[in-house]
Amino acid sequence: MPEQHFDPDRAVAGTGMGGTMDLGVDEAETLERAPGGPEGPGPREKPRSLWSDAWHDLRRNPVFVVSALVILFLVVISLWPSLITSGSPLQCDLAKAQEGSQPGHPFGFNGQGCDVYTRTVYGARTSVAVGVLATLGVAVLGSVLGALAGFFGGVGDSVLSRITDVFFAIPVVLGGLVLLSVITSNTVWPVIGFIVLLGWPQLSRIARGSVITAKQNDYVQAARALGASNSRLVLRHIAPNAIAPVIVVATIALGTYISLEATLSYLGVGLKPPSVSWGIDISAASPYVRNAPHALLWPSGALAVTVLAFIMLGDAVRDALDPKLR
Amino acid sequence: MRGATHAPWAACAVALALVVTACGGGSGGGGSGDAGAVLSASWGDPQNPLEPANTNEVQGGKVLDMIFRGLKRYDPETGEAQDMLAESIETADSQNFTVTVKDGWTFSNGEKVTAKSFVDAWNYGASLRNNQRNAYFFGYIEGYDKTHPEEGEQSADTLSGLRVTGERTFTVKLTQKFSTFPDTLGYAAFAPLPRAFFDDHDAWVAKPVGNGPYAVDTYAKGSQISLRKWDGYPGDDKARNGGVDLKVYTDNNTAYTDLLAGNLDLVDDVPASQLKNVRNDLGDRYLNVPAGIIQTLAFPYYDEKWNRTGSEKVRKGLSMAINRKQITETLFVKTRTPATDWTSPVLGEDGGFREGLCGDACAYKPDEAKKLIREGGGLPGGKVTLTYNADTGSHKDWVDAVCNSINNALGDERACAGNPVGTFADFRNQITQQKMSGPFRAGWQMDYPLIQNFLQPLYYTDASSNDGKWSNKNFDEFVDRANQESDTAKAVGLFQQAEEVVRDNMAAIPLWYQNGSAGWSERLSDVELNPFSVPVYDQIKVS
Amino acid sequence: MGRYVVRRLLQMIPVFVGATLLIFLMVNVMGDPIAGLCGERRCDPATAARLEKEFGLDKPVWQQYLTYMGNVFTGDFGTAFNGQEVTELMATAFPVTIRLTVIAILFEVVVGIVLGVVTGLRRGRPVDTGVLLLTLVVISVPTFVTGLLLQLLLGVKWGWIRPSVSSEAPFDELILPGLVLASVSLAYVTRLTRTSIAENRRSDYVRTAVAKGLPRRRVITRHLLRTSLIPVVTFIGADIGFLMGGAIVTERIFNIHGVGYQIYQGILRQNTQTVVGFVTVLVLVFLVANLVVDLLYAVLDPRIRYA
Repeated sequence: MPEQHFDPDRAVAGTGMGGTMDLGVDEAETLERAPGGPEGPGPREKPRSLWSDAWHDLRRNPVFVVSALVILFLVVISLWPSLITSGSPLQCDLAKAQEGSQPGHPFGFNGQGCDVYTRTVYGARTSVAVGVLATLGVAVLGSVLGALAGFFGGVGDSVLSRITDVFFAIPVVLGGLVLLSVITSNTVWPVIGFIVLLGWPQLSRIARGSVITAKQNDYVQAARALGASNSRLVLRHIAPNAIAPVIVVATIALGTYISLEATLSYLGVGLKPPSVSWGIDISAASPYVRNAPHALLWPSGALAVTVLAFIMLGDAVRDALDPKLR
Repeated sequence: MRGATHAPWAACAVALALVVTACGGGSGGGGSGDAGAVLSASWGDPQNPLEPANTNEVQGGKVLDMIFRGLKRYDPETGEAQDMLAESIETADSQNFTVTVKDGWTFSNGEKVTAKSFVDAWNYGASLRNNQRNAYFFGYIEGYDKTHPEEGEQSADTLSGLRVTGERTFTVKLTQKFSTFPDTLGYAAFAPLPRAFFDDHDAWVAKPVGNGPYAVDTYAKGSQISLRKWDGYPGDDKARNGGVDLKVYTDNNTAYTDLLAGNLDLVDDVPASQLKNVRNDLGDRYLNVPAGIIQTLAFPYYDEKWNRTGSEKVRKGLSMAINRKQITETLFVKTRTPATDWTSPVLGEDGGFREGLCGDACAYKPDEAKKLIREGGGLPGGKVTLTYNADTGSHKDWVDAVCNSINNALGDERACAGNPVGTFADFRNQITQQKMSGPFRAGWQMDYPLIQNFLQPLYYTDASSNDGKWSNKNFDEFVDRANQESDTAKAVGLFQQAEEVVRDNMAAIPLWYQNGSAGWSERLSDVELNPFSVPVYDQIKVS
Repeated sequence: MGRYVVRRLLQMIPVFVGATLLIFLMVNVMGDPIAGLCGERRCDPATAARLEKEFGLDKPVWQQYLTYMGNVFTGDFGTAFNGQEVTELMATAFPVTIRLTVIAILFEVVVGIVLGVVTGLRRGRPVDTGVLLLTLVVISVPTFVTGLLLQLLLGVKWGWIRPSVSSEAPFDELILPGLVLASVSLAYVTRLTRTSIAENRRSDYVRTAVAKGLPRRRVITRHLLRTSLIPVVTFIGADIGFLMGGAIVTERIFNIHGVGYQIYQGILRQNTQTVVGFVTVLVLVFLVANLVVDLLYAVLDPRIRYA
């Protein structure tokens, strides 16, 4: 079947064919997601839960598989960077500053004469940890609080919303200088904690807005009328319909959190030198972009690939959770 | 593999190179200059109101240098103190001075510059009530302890050591002998002030009035000050252009880009990241000359770890582990010169600069460095952190480079690490509260080009900028004797002996002398920087 | 509806007090601002004491706060360390920043939503992939670099724009800074719209609208887009404050003396009066923006009602 592009003529013509027309959904896409493929569990004797249904879909989605593999790779080199590099990220020789690619040093050297490849590999640990854990923290805290506020409304909603208003107002630099400067531990945890603390209001507002819309849906009202408990309403009916914006914002935020770590480190309140991270290398290379773009390109590229993997993963998860697709 | 990884950024570099080559062009022809043309120059927002005794940083200093002339003026080229408004400054004992002010000078509002203009200004600056940051410059004058007590209320409003003896003469009595006192009088804090300053202070601060070659036309705080040539200026150094518009830039990179785009005529602080491109971008419209600034690493002597026997060997070892030549050439693209003493080349040989005074201790000798540190008992705790403030001046790059150099010399990747402090205020706080646990960044920009200014405030016991609390009786004695010596050459010799004490103890590690840099548009010619790294605006010609 | 708005406006009072107190305490915790005022040397103790007294720093924090709030209600936001009135700083900074924010928001709304709709309807097609790649570039390349390269290219090489913004900062000079400022938010808005569109285009009311034979444009703008906008509007509402207060890098590289720059300078110099004053105004902006967003929910989705 040919692809159906949505254009006005056909839309008008389409009405004659009945109300089956979909707004530009590829037939192939729909087919691919049809439940119960050849290896599927066959006819549903027992209705699977939405969540296990989603998992079932996900495993078959090539986008999901590829992005999951990329993320797995990132996690592996974060844990064991020496698997793919033999150098040390702290071995720097100023005589080689800003030199380009050469044998044994495929990515060249940065402004301090450190090997860009080695530093990019070693930078994964901090950056992936900060990005993933901070995003998880923000997503969980923000969406739970936001969902509760949106679902119950009333005084709780007002209080929570006004608290987020206050949090929004705290300048990140000020918050960092005040809250992080008292902490002496040189691990990623204070940085992650700080990002979660300042990041959750944004997600909470997004989640709240989504839940407010989702709870108006007919099937939610119907389920409520049938006597569904609040937790069942939220988990089974509202969450799957409200989660998409949360996923979108969280996956993009992941990238910005990785950069935020660098800002904090630059101010001396994040990770203390000689820490290695993509963000730190990106901000160090930025002023010199005219002379040594390669020192910026590689850590930025690594960051981009990471964000891409999570965006694709998020997309796949969202598709899998969308009940309208089945 | 190699070619493949090379390609993308090589293409990018080409694209950038194109950007650069496109920066030439524009109106040619040097010419003799249009005396009425106005130039625009980069500026930073001064931290304090533009009062002479209240300005302790270079941005406010730029303006004061244009709108004020004092008794003395430092020659823009040699830095030598020359008489400006002073007809004579006489003394018999290096303690009592008689000053005669030249006739015929007025402020740009028409008021005459008299002896009283100076005495009133100095009294104002020394009075605790007026919160003047530079008050301590008047500390040698008798009666300062009354107008500016260490604590509590002031018991006098005027300095008892200042007396107006005629319309154009006044006497100064110091609390101690200070032979080079007249040479300090070129500093902005000693400028004369018109009555307008005292009569309507708010109006004056909004639009300062002075006696220099320029007068303030408009001043929009935080964005721009427009200075115009004052036609009635009686001095010889009349402005050779019609005026200067100083524009506040939030970032020196932006100012530089504006210069390339032709929206700005003069940038006096070329960003470190552009130094490699500056020849390409500007050709010979770029200047890089020594300034009276030295960067050092100071040590916390209040911390036992750095003040035990053998510590001086550790300090010397650290000094020898720093490859100054490589860092100044690679990172600073020769806008810094490796330091070989604790003063500055702008003083000149006669002024007390002695190249190589530091000797081997400032040379890069990794093996010896390792040995010395071991002999001195090793680094305290096995490692050292260099503390700096992260908010100004991109110190991170050189601190990292110094640490890498030390680490390479000692063969230990974690021997040295930078320790950024978020804000300058916090950095200063930690210093004044004696919380430093290792070496920290110390920069010194001279107030006046005298060897005394490079040594006494920094290393004399309890001196105002002796941040590390270093104290040495021999050093103090040499300085005291030098200050009492009326023969300049002998005084300089004594100061150098004091400097040798600093060297023998490696009281602070000298890193490099800082240059001033400037880039300008094709409209300008005759751009020079004075030893304070401030452009000599009045000499610039605009075509 | 009217009662709801009144209630929300009343809620602003505790938030206002809470936020100012919080910021006030935070700036205070940072330590002694006097130390930074004397340059590379120690302030002499007498001057330091005088300055502390002048800025009221010698009193206990709670007293400082009460004095400050008392003054604020009479319209006096205090004085910055350089002797400028904070209200004067605000009068120069806010108009510029508001113009910059308006441009950034316009970019987000127009470009972001259009791209979102297009990619949402053309999932997986080249245009979708292209926008995704742009998104990645925006996220992983720092604003500083984007800004610098655009300045060199558009300002120096082609001479289309002035690399820096003049102190009057008219709208046309703020277009590029506005785009740079909006870039990361654009990524959010585009992807939020895209996802919502993709999700809602299969919903019953869209199918119904199509079935009724409504023209495509009308289906998209009236039915599909309207409900899809709720997360987008939420995001933009929260973003207004960030754009106004957090444009530190953008304002720096384009030489804009706006709110973000002033707050940043105020923080670095630990200037309580400046920081608290500016942030206080920002809190009010947040409160109003979020109120408008909540009211918009009801406009966009008629099922949502406020009592």
